[in-house]
Amino acid sequence: MNWQTLCKSSDLIDNAGVCAKFNEEQVALFSLFEGEQQTLFALGNWDPIGKANVLSRGVLGSIGEEFVVASPLYKQHFSLLTGKCLEDENVSVPVYQVRIQNDLVEIAA
Amino acid sequence: MSNKMKIVIVGNGMVGHHFVEQICQTMPDAVVTVLSGEPRLAYDRVHLSEYFSGKTAEELALTTPENYESLGVNFFTDAKVTHIDRALKTVTTASDESFQYDKLILATGSYPFVPPIPGSDQEHCLVYRTIEDLEAIQNSANQSKVGVVVGGGLLGLEAANALKEAGLETHVVEFAPQLMGVQLDAGGGAQLKQKIEELGVNVHTSKATEVIAASEATRFELRFKDGSTLGTDMVLFSAGIRPQDALAREFDLELGERGGIVINNYCQTSDADIYAIGECALWNKMIFGLVAPGYQMARVAASHIAGSDLAFTGADMSTKLKLLGVDVGSIGDAHARTPGALTYVFQNQAKQVYKKIVVDAEQKHLLGAVLVGDCNEYDTLLQYALNGIELPELPESLILPVAEGAPGLPAGSLPDTATVCSCHNVAKSDIIEAMDAGACDLGSVKSCTKASTGCGGCAALLKTVVETELENRGVEVKKDICEHFAYSRQELYHIIRVEQIKTFEELLDKHGKGLGCDICKPTAASILASTWNDYILEKPHVGLQDTNDRYLANMQKDGTYSVVPRIAGGEVTPDKLIVLGEVAKEYDLYCKITGGQRIDLFGARLEQLPEIWRKLVDAGFETGHAYGKSLRTVKSCVGSTWCRYGVQDSVGTAIDIEGRYKGLRSPHKIKMAVSGCTRECAEAQSKDVGVIATENGWNLYVCGNGGMKPRHADLFATDLDTETLIKYIDRLLMFYVKTADRLQRTSVWMENLEGGLEYLQQVIIEDSLGICDELEQQMSHIVGTYQCEWKTTIESPEALKRFRQFVNSPDQDENVVFVQERTQIRPATETEKQEYWQANKIQIETIDTDVVETEALGVE
Repeated sequence: MNWQTLCKSSDLIDNAGVCAKFNEEQVALFSLFEGEQQTLFALGNWDPIGKANVLSRGVLGSIGEEFVVASPLYKQHFSLLTGKCLEDENVSVPVYQVRIQNDLVEIAA
Repeated sequence: MSNKMKIVIVGNGMVGHHFVEQICQTMPDAVVTVLSGEPRLAYDRVHLSEYFSGKTAEELALTTPENYESLGVNFFTDAKVTHIDRALKTVTTASDESFQYDKLILATGSYPFVPPIPGSDQEHCLVYRTIEDLEAIQNSANQSKVGVVVGGGLLGLEAANALKEAGLETHVVEFAPQLMGVQLDAGGGAQLKQKIEELGVNVHTSKATEVIAASEATRFELRFKDGSTLGTDMVLFSAGIRPQDALAREFDLELGERGGIVINNYCQTSDADIYAIGECALWNKMIFGLVAPGYQMARVAASHIAGSDLAFTGADMSTKLKLLGVDVGSIGDAHARTPGALTYVFQNQAKQVYKKIVVDAEQKHLLGAVLVGDCNEYDTLLQYALNGIELPELPESLILPVAEGAPGLPAGSLPDTATVCSCHNVAKSDIIEAMDAGACDLGSVKSCTKASTGCGGCAALLKTVVETELENRGVEVKKDICEHFAYSRQELYHIIRVEQIKTFEELLDKHGKGLGCDICKPTAASILASTWNDYILEKPHVGLQDTNDRYLANMQKDGTYSVVPRIAGGEVTPDKLIVLGEVAKEYDLYCKITGGQRIDLFGARLEQLPEIWRKLVDAGFETGHAYGKSLRTVKSCVGSTWCRYGVQDSVGTAIDIEGRYKGLRSPHKIKMAVSGCTRECAEAQSKDVGVIATENGWNLYVCGNGGMKPRHADLFATDLDTETLIKYIDRLLMFYVKTADRLQRTSVWMENLEGGLEYLQQVIIEDSLGICDELEQQMSHIVGTYQCEWKTTIESPEALKRFRQFVNSPDQDENVVFVQERTQIRPATETEKQEYWQANKIQIETIDTDVVETEALGVE
């Protein structure tokens, strides 16, 4: 797999999102903590329902076992793992593979 | 000619209006025409005396021309009907306009009976029925010091209240030996008299007025049969009502011996196409002078016309009301006239409470009751009487004071047909139906059945019925805010305060599960802020905030933000206006004046917010919290400083209040206003906290709002000095912050408090819970730790980093595209964006590097 550096891990915000540019795409990066355990997720920043680049500014959380982000515009929930919208199964956003290596955030190109 | 049914209604009193509402529902296709002899449409005659405590004709109105127009109702005021042609089926008004009808409804009401006393037809001898009467009373009262009401019945005491409110020395003269002889027994009447006299109204019973003569010290003198006299400047007659049946008399409809248009069980008169409803109608030789039976007739007539066979079967004349501030209740056979009836009486002369129940010979069923001074048991007793519920073993226990837990109503014993709310005729079965359809709390039952939204007398009963029904369904009334916390917002507030919890992480750790969500996180953030008042963008709090709080601005549909600096009280200097203009111009922001008297600047991109705010803060602006569930604005009118009518400095007070509560995080947004006089230009009565200046200080109104379900604020306290005003607002807001549900405005909060307004007054004014000191201290902590969030933010490099569109690029979000409209920007539509991208594709690529460099100087 080809990994491409996006930003520094210090650019991330604990339990919230930031947006990074990946080629011409906008990627929302979410750094989720369960206790000390950090997990990184990446979705497209485009909210297909609100039609704006805002998903990185949503509130993170869990619904049942699913990790989600809530759209800041109309509050639909998107799964951080699958990108699926929980309120409307016909809607989903792209999911990216990301990891932290040597304090850098990398995305699978 | 259309073949739609033509329905003409003569009279637009409360009952006539109720008929209009009903018929518009049952016969939406009918052509409905209302002919009112009065100059205005229907208004609330039950609360007429409130006209003297400040209610306006508009506030008493039950409908508006716009409302009738939207219902498709034709209406004419000042249109007194003078002729009915029953053969041609037309009615004609005094101005000679004719109207064709298929069904005619007479809802002409009644007129006040003026006893034939010599001198009763002079100026300053008035009656009490319409708003025009009230205007005449007000005029006369302005030229009078003493006023007499002739008639000590229910309406007479209402009228006495009006005179007292108008500031007159007030007397009530009653022919019979007691007050309210229809509803009360002698003991109750005596208790009422004593109580009313203590409130400063002089009561004279067993007095037959023989003549109203001119006098010297006062304008008139009433001379009584027993030789005594009473001086007065004005006389108000309230000696009963007579059905307004002149039309029926003239055009040969059957009348009762003593007047009243005879109707059958469907409210039809002797002409089957003419109905009579309300106080003009005589059913089974009875006239019903209360509004509830009138409403019942309106429903019966409307459904009969629509083809159903709902019948009028008489009405319960039980009443509960507050007369001159005294609670009075009367149920069923109050006089124990049923053969074999037994009575139980309880009287507490020290507290001036009188209670009596009348039971049948077997002591199994309640026949009637009289309550004076305390009506707490009214609802329970009424249900026993109306539904034939078997009495407890010791019937007296129903009215005896008990230390706690008086035997209430066994809620399960209430039959489904029992009427819970008589104002809106809501039966227990209607409530159950609403709950079957998904209404699962008190608030939603109220809004879909209208129960308890009239006089509110059934609030406690409704609550019991709803709760019992929920229990029956095995529904545990869950107030958990979400799946992560098995607590209500109020409980979380207590946990956070008592355990001194400072972060969401700690709260989740100790009391929750999962990771939290977009419901519990912002709720916890708000509680933490209203309790500890830390900077909301501290690291542990950032991820909890909704996007607006997180970026201290209001997100718009395209992902850009609007910026609203605080303009306290709506007062702004030219210099500051210039700064706003310059900033808006520099960043090309769309400008709009808000409803809260400030200026909203739209179209700021995320990365522009810190620069914009640096300029605003430098110019002396503070954040306006337009993004927060917190105090928004305190609107004001210009007040006594400039206005010819102002009596207090409303702007100064608004600025002080806004300065005090700015930044207070609360369960929902809070809006306030201060008006400098009773003209109310600041619209304070539509706010959570409304302050209106009086000659003597301030009147405080609470729990109003505009929006989707507007609600007028309730008058909470009068003539307060500024210090007391602030003290009450401190307590009220803190009590709201502590006890309200998430996203619950003050109006709904108060409606859900058991005891509503009165309870709130006890807690805030009388300190019935003993918490006012604590509330004030907590508010003083919040006031003392205020900081402008934007000032703190632009001074924190760590916080500023978060205002970047991309963490790895200085580019802008290319989906944000504006076009011009009326010489300002607006977000482009999808089509406009496509066109823009097509046209600018090459250009963007070529100028890209320049943009990057200038933008890179921006945030960091």
